[in-house]
Amino acid sequence: MPYPTEPPALVKPLPDDDLSQAAHSHRPSPWHFLLLPLSLVMLTPLVWMVVTAVSTPEESRQFPPALPTSIQWSNFADVWAGSPFGHWLVNTAIVSGVVLVSNLVLCSTAGYAFARLRFRGSGLAFMLLLTTLMVPFQVVLIPTLLIVKSFGLIDHLGALIVPNLVTAFGVFMMRQFFLALPPDLEEAGRIDGASRLGVFMKILLPLMGPPLATLAILTFLSIWNDFLWPLVAIQSPENMTMQLGLSTFQGAHLTDWPLLMAATLMSQLPVIVLFLLAQRVFVRSIASSGIK
Amino acid sequence: MTSATAPPAAGPSPVHRRPSVLLRVWWSDTLAGWAFISPTVLLIGLFGLVPVVWAFVLSFEQNDLISPGKWVGLDNYRKLLHDPAFSNSVRNTVVYTLVFVPVCVIGSLLVAALLNRRVRGITFYRVAVFIPVVTSTVATATMFNWLLDPDFGVVNAALNKVGIASQGFFRDPKEALLAIVLMTVWGWLGFGVIIYLAALQSVPADLLEAAAIDGCTRWRAFWRVEVPLLAPATLFLVIWLTINSLQLFDEIFVTTKGGPVGSTTVVVYYLYVQAFQFFNGGYASAIAYALFMAILVITAIQLKVGRRLSHGER
Repeated sequence: MPYPTEPPALVKPLPDDDLSQAAHSHRPSPWHFLLLPLSLVMLTPLVWMVVTAVSTPEESRQFPPALPTSIQWSNFADVWAGSPFGHWLVNTAIVSGVVLVSNLVLCSTAGYAFARLRFRGSGLAFMLLLTTLMVPFQVVLIPTLLIVKSFGLIDHLGALIVPNLVTAFGVFMMRQFFLALPPDLEEAGRIDGASRLGVFMKILLPLMGPPLATLAILTFLSIWNDFLWPLVAIQSPENMTMQLGLSTFQGAHLTDWPLLMAATLMSQLPVIVLFLLAQRVFVRSIASSGIK
Repeated sequence: MTSATAPPAAGPSPVHRRPSVLLRVWWSDTLAGWAFISPTVLLIGLFGLVPVVWAFVLSFEQNDLISPGKWVGLDNYRKLLHDPAFSNSVRNTVVYTLVFVPVCVIGSLLVAALLNRRVRGITFYRVAVFIPVVTSTVATATMFNWLLDPDFGVVNAALNKVGIASQGFFRDPKEALLAIVLMTVWGWLGFGVIIYLAALQSVPADLLEAAAIDGCTRWRAFWRVEVPLLAPATLFLVIWLTINSLQLFDEIFVTTKGGPVGSTTVVVYYLYVQAFQFFNGGYASAIAYALFMAILVITAIQLKVGRRLSHGER
């Protein structure tokens, strides 16, 4: 549960890769001599993970290492058979799904109210919200655990969901986005006799597509990447999320590198595929926050 | 004041009924406002504010998180000052931060400058740099455990190939923290690059053209024109990366567990051990508060210095 403390940066979209321009020059740009090694270095850990994931244990214990002679698909099946991997995947999907939907609803409604409505108590409530933004998660870790315990949610998916239903950062971010919308829009709707909720649902929300996508991606990444909180809140293997499950899997298969890399690869596949499909939205979202 | 789409008999004349309309609007705003924020206020109150106060109280208690706590006044904070294991964790965290932040900031500046051009395949190059950002911390740490394995790791194989002896990395007390830096730079570089690329887009092209006309080389123009204009992005990155490196935990937990011989025990890892292995909830809360205060003070100093530097340059 990392809480970014900086306001969203104003970010312009990255330029497209312009092949038409590059195609005009006859010879390849000399920059490739720097770009290619750089990207290979960055990809090495991932490529080596994939190579090891399809090797046999004997092949992984050669030094110097060599490429596998055949593809060991059974490693992936062995991960599923030897661990509650399916549970981890489903649990992560449930937790991130519920937390995502509730953040979209709660952050946008509260963000709208703080941006647009003048009412008694809003200033104080917003100030308290900002205060919690600055607090590192480690400070609230132990009391949150005690609160969750008093709800009887320890070792339960609810422990991962309830404290994350809304984030101060999300509310703050949505408030900034609502402030950027011209107020005339809602005034027109109000004069036409629409209620606050009607204006919010019918006029403003349809304009908030990109901010909501940003919020969705940031929420998803922070839940997906969360480790410390699940580590202290969950004990049973079948209640774990992917990150926590993967770390216990590593503890149980310390030197079986092909099995470990197969598990790591499978655990990262969903988010990497999502990233490749929606690269632009991901990059814009990450640029507007500090999530990792 | 009227809208073309409004039905003619939409309501009474706004001039005639003004006071009551205002009152009604005020009421409806208060009701709507609280209806909109009350779930959020309740949740943030319960999981944001209450724990902050509670943790502060805990830091003055001896508390095993199971039986009722015992008030011990400032004992936990006094213990902090005389605990060699805590000062070791502070030293490790400071060393890690002092190496990680500059390497990551300068690295992402250079890589962003490299990626900020239109060449064939730039999308591929960018994806290669960005993918580690979405790779989870545990997965990153598991991969690096394997890459940096002293006996069978591919990095040692590459080192041997160029005539360097095999290294211990995570198992060598002298190298473990640097290996952690290497791994986390891999994970964070793309984040810095995203921030810098976005900032580079806003550098006006005519400034660079003017510099070129004045006989400035592209390399000089980068350092003298672009880098100063990137100051806000740099300040944001330095602050953000510092906050995150002071809270380093996941990667340590999965790779070294604070070892070998305490060489990678950072503050949050020490906090975790105190709270959940030794059940010193009070002491762990004091560590958390010390960390909180350190982050606030360091961020404030960085903001102040950063603003002064960027004003001095103008």
